[in-house]
Amino acid sequence: MTKIKTVADLKRIKDEVQSKIKLRENSDHPEQIVQVKVGMATCGIASGAKETMKYFVDELEQQAIDAVVTQTGCMGYCYAEPTVEVTLPGKDPVVFGYVNKEKAEEIIDVYIKRGELIDGVIPITFKTIDD
Amino acid sequence: MTDYKMHLLICGGTGCKAAESDEIKKSLKNWIDELGLEDDAQVVFTGCFGFCEKGPIVKVMPDNTFYVNVKPDDAEEIVKEHLLKGRPVQRLLYTDPVSKKAISDSKGMNFYKKQLRIALRNCGFINPESIDEYISRDGYMALGKCLGELTPDETIKEIKDSGLRGRGGGGFPTGLKWEITRNVESDEKYVVCNADEGDPGAFMDRSILEGDPHSVIEAMAICGYCIGAENGLVYIRAEYPLAIERLKIALNQAREYGLLGEDILGTGFNFEIDIRLGAGAFVCGEETALIHSMEGLRGEPTFKPPFPSVSGYLGKPTNVNNVETFANIPVILNKGASWFSKIGTEKSKGTKVFALAGKINNVGLIEVPMGTTLREVIYDIGGGIKDGKEFKSVQTGGPSGGCLTKDFLDTPIDYDNLIKAGSMMGSGGMIVMDEDDCMVSIAKFYLEFTLEESCGKCSPCRIGNKRLHEILENITNGNGKEEDLERLKLLSNVIKDTSLCGLGQSSPNPVLSTILNFEDEYLAHVNEGKCPAGQCKALLKYEIIEDLCTGCTLCFRNCPVGAITGERRQPHYIDQSLCIKCGVCYEKCKFNAIRLS
Repeated sequence: MTKIKTVADLKRIKDEVQSKIKLRENSDHPEQIVQVKVGMATCGIASGAKETMKYFVDELEQQAIDAVVTQTGCMGYCYAEPTVEVTLPGKDPVVFGYVNKEKAEEIIDVYIKRGELIDGVIPITFKTIDD
Repeated sequence: MTDYKMHLLICGGTGCKAAESDEIKKSLKNWIDELGLEDDAQVVFTGCFGFCEKGPIVKVMPDNTFYVNVKPDDAEEIVKEHLLKGRPVQRLLYTDPVSKKAISDSKGMNFYKKQLRIALRNCGFINPESIDEYISRDGYMALGKCLGELTPDETIKEIKDSGLRGRGGGGFPTGLKWEITRNVESDEKYVVCNADEGDPGAFMDRSILEGDPHSVIEAMAICGYCIGAENGLVYIRAEYPLAIERLKIALNQAREYGLLGEDILGTGFNFEIDIRLGAGAFVCGEETALIHSMEGLRGEPTFKPPFPSVSGYLGKPTNVNNVETFANIPVILNKGASWFSKIGTEKSKGTKVFALAGKINNVGLIEVPMGTTLREVIYDIGGGIKDGKEFKSVQTGGPSGGCLTKDFLDTPIDYDNLIKAGSMMGSGGMIVMDEDDCMVSIAKFYLEFTLEESCGKCSPCRIGNKRLHEILENITNGNGKEEDLERLKLLSNVIKDTSLCGLGQSSPNPVLSTILNFEDEYLAHVNEGKCPAGQCKALLKYEIIEDLCTGCTLCFRNCPVGAITGERRQPHYIDQSLCIKCGVCYEKCKFNAIRLS
């Protein structure tokens, strides 16, 4: 990794990273790129988020669905762990609760592949500093 | 791929289900099919919206129309008007209680604004193991701004102007603490991050370190720049392995980018951070005990003054802040003190993270602006009490805090109001209790915790709490007397006045606040030998109601101690001298013939 020596370097990295994410969003085949974020804080892991994440990685790869699966911190919905946020290209992110293997399968088959919502969506009820 | 134009989200939480949301879903679906919209609109159940007061909720996407108090009969109008003709049903929209205007878009509702995430801004949003994602969210920009454009004094002024107060519990103004440490002359100073989160039920510090470790690292470096320190230490309990691992990864990434180490961003400022593991003692959250533990000594507090700002780690000036406090710093510097000080109440600015736990539907981590009421937190965000039971009390501030009654539900939460109400902010644990919780047992539970965690250095805490616990034990065993209440109060006040550190000074708070707010429950225990909540086993009596008993012998066969006698098809009888109050008969009886009294 190159060192960041000035604030200008920092801003350049910020722009680079942002454009990378933008690229992810506005790529040539927007219908094929899906972002999956798995809540991997202690609460999530204790409820089986590791298995859920592994399932998403393996299954999406096996089905050749172009997707990025990443981990993230606690979304705050600890009562519904494991929680998973799925962003289909051009759509608002949707959070699903209680995602075990069966639910993950349903998310892939129904939401990711067909764009139909499934029961168990968790409504987002907070504002962020960007709003 | 079916391309639905609209999604109807209907709340499938307990509250809304009880209010016929199943029927609403069915009805909506029928009308959608009837009008041939099944390829355009989809109906789905969601988790609890939290807005149970106005349930059942139906939300129409993508225009975010938020319908409240929906009834099954309203489905026809929603489908015909909104879905078919694109006209939202005005009478079902939420009306703003202040402006009296109907609000269509849920993002314009106050309810949606009830949670504002500042300290948790990146938690659940970025990958905590990627410094690039942190940077893409303005990460390390605040550090860059301070080092490049602001002097330490200007930075401190910004923090002071923001009105940020310590989030670990005490609520000391953060900017002032930094200024005091800055003004002490010394060849070496330290920045310490207190991540020894010890309150039962509180887990916000852990979640921040697990979800956004870089925000703490950045803030510590800023603090170092301000007070003139080149070394930072994070004191974290070893029970938080994931937080430690993520913090280590983050520290290494920051070092590789040169955002920690020597000559940061070419400004000549050096800063390095180390981790110190604690063994998870509650008292080590107290700053002097924490510092002793880091020095390799026993984790025992010492008398203040001298405050750590003057003489702390290795006798050098040390600035100790909590994780959540640090997590606020970069945002304040990026967005400005005036932005931050607009949020919250007059004396408590910004937001506070609470860990909602206990008998509440939406257990989780929430962040609300200071000044939000307990009612909003418990009923709107938390989704109300589990199983539709009656709210009894909410415990804030952990073992040092107190239990508040429903009279305080409309009190705006901030540092000063909570202290006035006989509790405290503490680190933000919020445990909700319902009608089935016995307040005497709750007080005893918290006292058991302090009893185990007391370091034993000073006698008021070591011996006094033990005596308090004995009195409570007597009361819950049915051997209490009315005079015990006075003894509890007297002893509590002595412990508060004479203990050495914050642990002892606040340990009787759960006892005092429960006596103050739930005196009738104590009196029922000591005078009538009854536990109103039915929790204190020694005070319970299982009895068979003769008229309802069919003599099925089920209880007789299941009683583990043979305390039940009786002939088949004749009413049975429980021998109280043998009964161990295990409750098996009560659970097994199919005829509700066993009574608890």
